[in-house]
Amino acid sequence: MRFSKILTTALLGVGLCVTQVAAEDMNIGFVYVSPIGDAGWSYAHDQGRLELEKMDGVTTSYVEAVAEGPDSERVMLNMARKGYDVIFATSFGYMDPMLKVAKQFPETIFMHCSGFKMADNMGNYFGRMYQARYLSGMVAGAMTKSNIIGYAAAFPIPEVIRGINAFTLGAQSMNPEVTVRVVWTKTWYDPATEKEAAKSLLDVGADVIAQHQDSPAPQEAAQEKGVYSIGYNSDMSQAAPKAHLTAPIWNWGPFYVETVKQVKEGTWKAASTWPGLKEGIVDLAPMSDMVPQEVQDKVMAKKEAIKGGEKVFVGPLKDQEGAEKVAAGAAMSDEELLGMTWFIQGVIGTTE
Amino acid sequence: MNIEILIPLLAAAVQSGTPILYATLGEIFTERSGILNLGVEGTMIIGALSGFLVAKATGNPYIAFVAAGLAGTCAASIHGLVCLVFQGNQVVSGLALTILGVGVANYLGTPYVGLTAPGFDPLPIPLLSELPIVGAIFFSQDLLVYLTYIIPVLIWIFLYNTRFGLSLRAAGEYPAAATAAGLKVVGYRWLGVLGGGFFMGLGGAYLSLAYTHLWTNNLTAGRGWIAVALVIFAFWRPGRAVFGAYLFGGIMALQLRLQASGTQIPSSLLLMLPYALTVAVLVLSSWWRGKTDEPGALGTNILPAD
Repeated sequence: MRFSKILTTALLGVGLCVTQVAAEDMNIGFVYVSPIGDAGWSYAHDQGRLELEKMDGVTTSYVEAVAEGPDSERVMLNMARKGYDVIFATSFGYMDPMLKVAKQFPETIFMHCSGFKMADNMGNYFGRMYQARYLSGMVAGAMTKSNIIGYAAAFPIPEVIRGINAFTLGAQSMNPEVTVRVVWTKTWYDPATEKEAAKSLLDVGADVIAQHQDSPAPQEAAQEKGVYSIGYNSDMSQAAPKAHLTAPIWNWGPFYVETVKQVKEGTWKAASTWPGLKEGIVDLAPMSDMVPQEVQDKVMAKKEAIKGGEKVFVGPLKDQEGAEKVAAGAAMSDEELLGMTWFIQGVIGTTE
Repeated sequence: MNIEILIPLLAAAVQSGTPILYATLGEIFTERSGILNLGVEGTMIIGALSGFLVAKATGNPYIAFVAAGLAGTCAASIHGLVCLVFQGNQVVSGLALTILGVGVANYLGTPYVGLTAPGFDPLPIPLLSELPIVGAIFFSQDLLVYLTYIIPVLIWIFLYNTRFGLSLRAAGEYPAAATAAGLKVVGYRWLGVLGGGFFMGLGGAYLSLAYTHLWTNNLTAGRGWIAVALVIFAFWRPGRAVFGAYLFGGIMALQLRLQASGTQIPSSLLLMLPYALTVAVLVLSSWWRGKTDEPGALGTNILPAD
């Protein structure tokens, strides 16, 4: 009897020690919508997670290819139950499930990417990708000879429309004659359709292909035709080394490190954050040697200007019919940008 | 629409139609033996993944292409087992095969999403590809497209001009009579199921080895179902299947090109076109019932007593 008591106490002691050691480590969970693979949206987030791994006292884990909706709720619930300190969910459709779980676990901190809902323990974040898209548009505008740039786009939502507009403004800044033709695939990752979309743009004379989906298939199409391409998400030069000029890319590492630091120090507050080039969350992939030095210099100068606070969407801006939407000198507010559903003049296509 | 746009459109129609054509020919082959296989989508995607994995492992797209066909045969053998050995319901078994195939391929394929493998690149045929118009449309494609110029002819010869083909059709048309004539009906139905599965697997491989050189989940994206509808459109004849597959490929290629040309038609409406056409085709074919070659015993099992 006595012996067993001692044994129990000892075991309990060991148990406590073990949990204490574990408790000192911060547990960070990530939920990804697609498999990580070796390029693309989830890959970019995972690169950010790997930055966290380098911090002291931080352990991370992830679940990939989690369907939006009930599946994601189960995954997040499971992470919260296991006592994770911070959970990052990186797809729009995780927003409502996350909000539900956040209400049940007020001690856990939840971070949702690309949405707009918040709670005391749930913040949201996204990056000003349009700034990097403007820069990639400058490259495309300088390189096109036919003055037609093809843009294979995913879904007509403000995020994508804003990107196309910024890209077009960038292209027009280098070459006022440029038009950007848009084809919607209504897919985020369907290589067959996305390649066909790029080919259809090539057939109408586009000689630079840009894209807003996660598969490198449009890059493949551009290389086969012997023209240029602009990637997305992460450097896609591997997929089409002879075509790839540059790519607007995500760089989540600094943001994730900063967030976890804040949580550690107890200064984290639920907020809606939208950092950009200045904070380094979006960037331009290294430009290929095919881009003349003079163009590269202009792009880099513009990058510094945007970092210094220059706005991308400044009037006069006209819509496709030529009606003035933003007066000369006026800048669009963040709210207007987040709800942008119209194309600027120079874009050929429909937002429907 | 001018000729510079029309020729690439027709070339794209042939290419987009090719995976559907392989699958449609496979389904015709199977249904002619009297077995309805609704597992085309699942069989195709298993072929697509197998082809991709073998190409990645061996670096040889030819071996990969054949392996994809064999994988399709393996997948179809499940359907054969259910329908020919256990007398299960053909509709349910086929649906189950589609769900199983898509699930298995997505599960096994997840680690490979976004990776590339060696495959088939366009290989213009000398002289023929220089012909005006026709050269650019038909003879500047890849090897797997050229194969589909021959396969329908071979299937037609087999079905209509050989004893084996006659027996296979008899198994699908009137199994009781075929049995009375001394034919091993179940054996011919196995031939139909396994042979058809081979072509469906090849159709899947076209997507992962030639159309793109990438693997991704749900690569087939419903093309197997279009093939099932096309069999009815084709009146179960290989020749008409070619026409139907190119028509569908053309519609798929057209909707993206209409967008690229700057039309103001909403893209959602254009994306609906291939599927709307599927429905239209089914309605039209059932109207126009005249000369269809629909097998008389399609979908009915052979009871051991027969």
